[in-house]
Amino acid sequence: MTTPAAVPSSRSWNRAFADLRDGYGMRQLWAHLGWQDIKQRYRRSVIGPLWITISMGVTAVGLGVLYSVLFGQPIKTFLPYVVVGFIVWNFINGCLTEGMETFVVNEGMIKQMPAPLSVYMLRTVWRQILLLGHNLIVYVLVIAVFFGTLDKPYTMVPGGPVHPGLGWNTLLLVPGVILLAINGAWVALFLGIISTRFRDIPQVITSILQLIFYLTPIIWSPDTFLYGKDNSLSWARVLFQFNPLYHFVQIMRGPMIGQTVSPISWLVAVGFTIVGWAIALVAMRNYRARVSYWV
Amino acid sequence: MVSVDVWNAYVDFPIFDAKTRSLKKQVLGKVGGKIGTEARVPIIEALHDISVSLGDGDRVGLVGHNGAGKSTLLRLLSGIYEPTRGSSRVIGKVAPVFDLGVGMDPEISGMENIIIRGLFLGMTRKQMESRIDDIAEFTELGDYLQMPLRTYSTGMRVRLALGVVTSIDPEILILDEGIGAVDAAFLDKARARLVDLVRRSGILVFASHSDELLFELCNSAIWMDEGRMKMQGGLREVLTAYKGRDPYEGMSAEMLSRLGEAPELANSGGEA
Repeated sequence: MTTPAAVPSSRSWNRAFADLRDGYGMRQLWAHLGWQDIKQRYRRSVIGPLWITISMGVTAVGLGVLYSVLFGQPIKTFLPYVVVGFIVWNFINGCLTEGMETFVVNEGMIKQMPAPLSVYMLRTVWRQILLLGHNLIVYVLVIAVFFGTLDKPYTMVPGGPVHPGLGWNTLLLVPGVILLAINGAWVALFLGIISTRFRDIPQVITSILQLIFYLTPIIWSPDTFLYGKDNSLSWARVLFQFNPLYHFVQIMRGPMIGQTVSPISWLVAVGFTIVGWAIALVAMRNYRARVSYWV
Repeated sequence: MVSVDVWNAYVDFPIFDAKTRSLKKQVLGKVGGKIGTEARVPIIEALHDISVSLGDGDRVGLVGHNGAGKSTLLRLLSGIYEPTRGSSRVIGKVAPVFDLGVGMDPEISGMENIIIRGLFLGMTRKQMESRIDDIAEFTELGDYLQMPLRTYSTGMRVRLALGVVTSIDPEILILDEGIGAVDAAFLDKARARLVDLVRRSGILVFASHSDELLFELCNSAIWMDEGRMKMQGGLREVLTAYKGRDPYEGMSAEMLSRLGEAPELANSGGEA
C-alpha cells in the first residue's frame, strides 16, 4: 500500500496550523483545566485562591517598603512602582517557568487522549492570566491608596524625568496585557517543546531568571540610578535597554502607574512577538508529532 | 463517514537515559571525538511496517502477547502517536480507554475526571453535567466520585472511564485490555452497554485476552507479534492461529448460545 497524496505528512504547516486552530476551538476544555489548576492548588484551604492575592500583596508591598527605605526613595511613587513591576514580572516569570513545563506535566493526558498540543499551552497561559487577574486586586488597592500622587504629573526622583500620571493613557494597559499573553503563548509552545526533549533547559532558564529579575528594573528604577546628577553612568542608560524583558515589563507597567512607554519598548515587544511566533511555528511544524514520544 | 488508515507506519521510540537526555552531549560532544557509539540515542522499534485500513462497521479485536505492540498500535490508531515513518490518517471523533493504572491526574476528583474526559471527547460542560447522574449510577461509584482519583483502585478507574465512554456517542472506540480489570459482576452489567455502544459507534478496536469478550464485540482480528502484524482476518481464524486451537472448543454452552450461530470458519483471512 502506498500513501495517497492527499494525506499531509506529520511535518507540515497544515498540521501545525490545524493544531493551533483546533486547540483554540476546545476553549471549554483548556479554560476548565486552567481554572481547575488554580482551584486544585488551594483545594483544602479556607480562603482558597484569595491566597494568591494575599501572598502577592505581602511580598510586593514588603519589597516596596524595604527598597524605598534602603535606597532612600519617596515611598509614594516608589512603592506603586515596585508593586506593579512585581505583578508584571510574576506574570512573565510564570509564562516562562510554567510554560517550559507545559508538556512534561501533562504527560498523563497527552498519552491517554488524542488532543491538539496547543490545548496544553492554552491551559498554561490561561492559568497565568487568571493568576494575574487575582494579583490585579493588589494593584487596585495600591492605586487607591496612592491615587493622590499618581493622578497628576510626577517624578520618581527630584530632577528626574517627568511622568504624566494616570489618565487616558492608562488604557494602554489593555494592549500591553494582550501582547504579553500572546508572547506567553509562543514561549510556552517553543520552550515546552524543547524542554520536553532536553530536560536541562528548564534548569538553565530557572537559574538565569533569578539573575534577570535583578538586572531588570523592577526593584530599582532607571530614573533613580541612571539620571542622577553625575553622568558617569550614562553608558548604563543604554545598556539596560538591551534586556528585552525590560521592554515587556515596561509596556504593561508604564500605563498602570501613569508613565509614558517609549515607542522603542512597543517596537521591541511587537518584534519579539513576530520573531517568537515564527520560531514557535517552525518548532510546531517539525516537532509537534514528536512530543508524545518525548514526554 | 469515519475511517482510520495507516500506511507502512513505523513507531520508533527514542530511549533517552539520564545521560543522553541533556544538552551536555550535544554541546560538549562537539569538542573531541565521538566516544564509541554513545552519540546516537538508542531506539526501540515498537511497531514495524503497519498498514491498516478501517472503515464504518469494522470491529477489530487485537490479540498478541504482552509487549507485542498492542497498546502502541491502539495509540497509533487513535492519533496519539503519529508514525515516525509512513503515515496515518484518522477521520472521526476518537474515544480511547487505555490502561488506567497511570491515570490522568491523581489529584482531581472522579467527578472532575468525568467532565474533563467528556471535554476531551468533544462534549460541552453542560452535556457532561447532565450525564453525571447516569454515569454515577452506572459505575456504582456513588460518593466516591467526590474523592481524588489517587484513592481509586484500577478497577474503579476503569469503571469511571467506561462510564464516560459509554455515555457518549464516539465514532471511533478504542479499548485497551485494561477493561479486564473490572470484576465479573460489573463486566456483565457493562457488557450490554458496550455491545449497544459498539453497535452505535463506527469503528471499534479492542485489545483483549478474553475470547468471550472478543467474540461478543468484534468480527475481525489482528494478531500482533513483536511489533509486526502477523495476521489479519476473521476473528475465529486469527484466534485459532494465535492460540493453536479453535476458540469455540472449550467455550461454555451458555456463551455459545449467546453468540448464536458459530460463524463459518471458511471466510478468507490472512490478508496482511
